[in-house]
Amino acid sequence: MPARIDVAGLAIGFGDRTIQHDLSFTVAPGSIFAIMGGSGCGKSTLLRTMIGLQPPSAGSIHVGDEDYWAASDERRAEIGRRFGVLFQSGALWSSMTTAENVALPLRMLTQLDEPSIAALVAVKLALVGMAAASETMPAELSGGMRKRAGLARALALDPEILFFDEPSAGLDPITARRLDDLILELRDGFGTTVVLVSHELPSLFGICDSGIFLDADSRTAIAHGAPRTLRDECDHPTVHAFMNRERLAHERR
Amino acid sequence: MSAMNALRADSGRGWTTEIGGTIAVIALSGDWIGRANGVETGAAPRILNSGVHAVTFDSGQLGRWDSALIAFLSMLRDAAGKGGVAFDESGLPAPARQLLALAVRAAAPPPPPAPPMLERIGLWAMAILAEARELAALVGATILRGGAALRGRALMRPADLLDCMRAAGPAALPIVTVVNVLVGGILGFVGAIQLRRFGADIYVASLVGITVVREMAALMTAIIMAGRTGGAYAANIATMQGNEEIDALRAIGIPVFDYLILPRILALTAMMPILYLYGCAVGVLGGLVVAVAILNLSPLSFLAETRAAVDFGQFGLGLVKSLAFGALIAIAACRFGLRAGRSAADVGQAATRAVVASVVGVIALDAAFAICANALGI
Repeated sequence: MPARIDVAGLAIGFGDRTIQHDLSFTVAPGSIFAIMGGSGCGKSTLLRTMIGLQPPSAGSIHVGDEDYWAASDERRAEIGRRFGVLFQSGALWSSMTTAENVALPLRMLTQLDEPSIAALVAVKLALVGMAAASETMPAELSGGMRKRAGLARALALDPEILFFDEPSAGLDPITARRLDDLILELRDGFGTTVVLVSHELPSLFGICDSGIFLDADSRTAIAHGAPRTLRDECDHPTVHAFMNRERLAHERR
Repeated sequence: MSAMNALRADSGRGWTTEIGGTIAVIALSGDWIGRANGVETGAAPRILNSGVHAVTFDSGQLGRWDSALIAFLSMLRDAAGKGGVAFDESGLPAPARQLLALAVRAAAPPPPPAPPMLERIGLWAMAILAEARELAALVGATILRGGAALRGRALMRPADLLDCMRAAGPAALPIVTVVNVLVGGILGFVGAIQLRRFGADIYVASLVGITVVREMAALMTAIIMAGRTGGAYAANIATMQGNEEIDALRAIGIPVFDYLILPRILALTAMMPILYLYGCAVGVLGGLVVAVAILNLSPLSFLAETRAAVDFGQFGLGLVKSLAFGALIAIAACRFGLRAGRSAADVGQAATRAVVASVVGVIALDAAFAICANALGI
């Protein structure tokens, strides 16, 4: 079952420094949700809070019916097993081959036998188009291949929710487009809920159903909605400038 | 498929086939969840070896499914393709068909054949030769650029040198103190117990003094510095290698050796004799404390006997040794750092290798010094 995420009154920050506050949004099951905003506005920190790496300073995140951060550490780890995360540069474990990277979650967290693990690893690598590179070490992979391998690893336990941190950052437009299509096809196939952090406009317009726009100055969300709708209909100057790749009015001369 | 022309039937976890003539209808049922149920890997040959020419699917009873189903289907499809069996996927749910289209399996390239024995030995020997050449180049560069640095002509920033000296000198004092005091104390104990039997109590001072000054202070300090500073150098340089920081230096045209390696080698080589002298002092102190505590000796007589037993030649030997140890540790550490690969695991490997090579090297070099000193009568 794809899961729904409800975020209510969330505040994130380090110590006394607030990065974002008063964030409330819902990620519908099976949708692709974008966390948007300029550099340094706290997009990645919000993602880290959603995947359990950094506790929020206020508010709650419900995954399905459960309060994620109010749960015990063990329970939170169990909920986390329904997540798949693709980190910005893949974050593959460098001492293992691609196939071993995908196999590790299955080996550590399930009781499956070796042939089953091998079959599941093979199909995941095939799904992301990396079957030919199963015995390659991460250091020998290109940036795009590393992300694909990272995606195969994120899919290892058949997650209900997939999180992506800047999936197309550092990729050429063609490779980025292929990765976007792949995300879309995997979502359509498995019905996975997808949350992605991005400021790449083509990705945002191409695949996202909904989203939230974080602002660095007011430290909260200034717009909610699908990126395409925000581009065409949002009047807020920052959002409008971002979505249309313009300079802000007060910066023009 | 009616029961009349269903000739044979077979089933497995979540599937049953009914074979009518040359067509196998595979009925999928129940939940196919990979992490709970795994994947049945032997099913494809069983279905296809029954002499069918086509497989079709009935997914009316199929429950929840994830990649386990896709794994099963793609294995079946690959096997069917190889056996010339038609694979009709029209009976599958649309998302599964879409994923199946995505999971086109490119064959992994076959692993390169292992080279024959003779070739492997040759490659191994060439690798050793190449490594020896690199090491010789590093030692040569240290001498040449070190000379230039002394004349103020190297592209080394004094601040970097001072920073390295602080890390390799004062920052190491606590652990050098602890280890040398304890070694001096241990020698005092061992000597006191043996020498008391002959009434030669006072010679504990000679034993501790000569052993500490000639061998132990230099050796123990070198081993500490190999683990502490040598390991840090190797890990630091290997991390920079992994982050492309060294490539960045090269690309800008900053000489890597002058900027990165030289201050480290000079700092450790310069600090080792000072740490050695300090180690001698605290080592003798450790022996003194033990001797005074368990023997009937006064501190003054202990010191007087030490001064009489240890001559300048022994300090000279210790100083030369500590200089050589410092250079050896720093060069080995920098070399292992520079030749490290670019992954996180390589950093750990570089540090381990640097420490092991330095410790073994220091002990081997100490043995060589002992033989030379014996021949020279020092």
